[in-house]
Amino acid sequence: MFVPCGTAARRDFKGFTLLMPSVSVGNVGQLVIDLVISTLDMPKVGYFYTDCLVPMVGNNPYATAEENSTELSINAEVYSLPSKKLVVLQIRSPFIKNKYRSFCQTVLSWVKSSKCARVILLSSSHAYQRDDQQLHGTPLRYLLSPTIQKTVGDQMQKLNWKEMEKVAAYPEINNAEKVLHIPGGGITKLLFTERILLSMSFSFVLKKKNWVEHQPAYSHFKKTTNCSKEIPMAVLLKFCSEGDNIPDALALVNYLNEWLQLIKNEQSSSTTTTASHWKIPSSWRLLFGSGLPPALF
Amino acid sequence: MATFFGEVVTALSRAGVDEEEAEREETPEDLEIRRELEKKRCRRRWGRDLLTLVLPTGCNAVAFLSSFILDSVRWEVVGAVSLWNEWCRTLDATNVLPTDSFCLFYRLISDPTVLLCQCNCHVAEDQQFQWLEKVFGYIQKKDLQVIILSTCPVTNYKTPESTLTLPSPFLKALKTKEFKDTICCPLLEQPNIVQDLPAAVLSYCQVWQIPAVLYQCYTDVIKLDTVTIETFKPVLSSKIMASLVKDVPESTEMLKKLLATNEIHNNIYT
Repeated sequence: MFVPCGTAARRDFKGFTLLMPSVSVGNVGQLVIDLVISTLDMPKVGYFYTDCLVPMVGNNPYATAEENSTELSINAEVYSLPSKKLVVLQIRSPFIKNKYRSFCQTVLSWVKSSKCARVILLSSSHAYQRDDQQLHGTPLRYLLSPTIQKTVGDQMQKLNWKEMEKVAAYPEINNAEKVLHIPGGGITKLLFTERILLSMSFSFVLKKKNWVEHQPAYSHFKKTTNCSKEIPMAVLLKFCSEGDNIPDALALVNYLNEWLQLIKNEQSSSTTTTASHWKIPSSWRLLFGSGLPPALF
Repeated sequence: MATFFGEVVTALSRAGVDEEEAEREETPEDLEIRRELEKKRCRRRWGRDLLTLVLPTGCNAVAFLSSFILDSVRWEVVGAVSLWNEWCRTLDATNVLPTDSFCLFYRLISDPTVLLCQCNCHVAEDQQFQWLEKVFGYIQKKDLQVIILSTCPVTNYKTPESTLTLPSPFLKALKTKEFKDTICCPLLEQPNIVQDLPAAVLSYCQVWQIPAVLYQCYTDVIKLDTVTIETFKPVLSSKIMASLVKDVPESTEMLKKLLATNEIHNNIYT
């Protein structure tokens, strides 16, 4: 549940864009969210208190001075910047086994009750699972739900972005049926494909009837359901592998910035490349552990 | 999710990142969890108007409180939480506590608003939320303050220098926004974090605006150890703990007894 904090606590984010990560390969979505919060200096507006995530606490991961370094942070928190109509959910720990579906339901319920205009989910997918076509060109992809397609679909065309390809449901047997496949994407596919059903608490129906996206029953349900109840959702993801994922996070946040224009891209006078100024959070120190013992050498 | 207090649910008790998994049937491990959980109960005899909750977790923090705070004259047992998870199978049969319950609640006889919970077992990630609900659910949050003591391997501490060069054990603290008292050691710096039950309790306190402080001892000894236990001593000078401390000679004797008991049972020749 969302628990507001701070002096100007608000529960209503009407018309805001919600950015949230999927806990996925390389934690790229979460790193992007860290960059956005740190660069825009977004104040914390609440906690997302849930039993679905592994508990963790630490001091302020975006501290810039001694004075602001002692505020406690928990595993899921909400930050907001009203001037940009932006609200951000950061998730800092993995899901507890078999609680990911419950988490998706809780998040979507909150999105509906807080009246967010749209959700942008930042994610990643295993680079090693790309097919021959995906190995070439940009490793960045997007997905749009039908509602948001109407409003921003043209913009994606102008940006020359690549939509996430669907894969054969039964490779080598039947290549005609295509499904969305996001290996290593965590809850990305679940949130994106079931945003209608989850938000309407029909997940039990889905489980009981064993519906999947390409089946006639699912399509019929979608047609007969009022699609305006669907939560407008976009997914931005990057193909990557586990390792030092800071470059992947920078690539994905720049991709996001091409669309949302959160910060201005400055053209460097000495080169033709575009330099963006993202502030690395103080908590990104020692990502690969403590220093090495001198005796090792 | 595995719970306790006799609540039977279809659950696993491990945390992990879920990929695109389908719902699966219960494994023999799940059935064993369900059987063991059915045997477990919670007994509780403390009131709602609690002002101080002291929560040591892990053998060294528990031994510290047993030596320096607890005694059978001033404290009475008012509740117990028994729980079961895979870790319980491998726990040493020797227990410094008098019963087979793993979380015992003591109340100060002279001041029933002070509660101490000795938690000497592993509370799994998917049990922690329910543990909180059972313990805090019956306590009024107004005027409550919480102190948590815990230990952690020094190898988990992130520092630019090697952890081999750190003078361990050492104490670090984390506190909620509402906690205004003096802290008796440095705060835990980023990028270090705390996990497990202490993190769950501190998160709860931060969200519901309860003053709380966690004292985490980073140590290179896993088992019961005098040096680690005595690292907690500065905590005794804090406002919450100062009025609860026993006589020093009595504490030292108790500590010797606890360590001796533990050594005998850990000796492979007996």
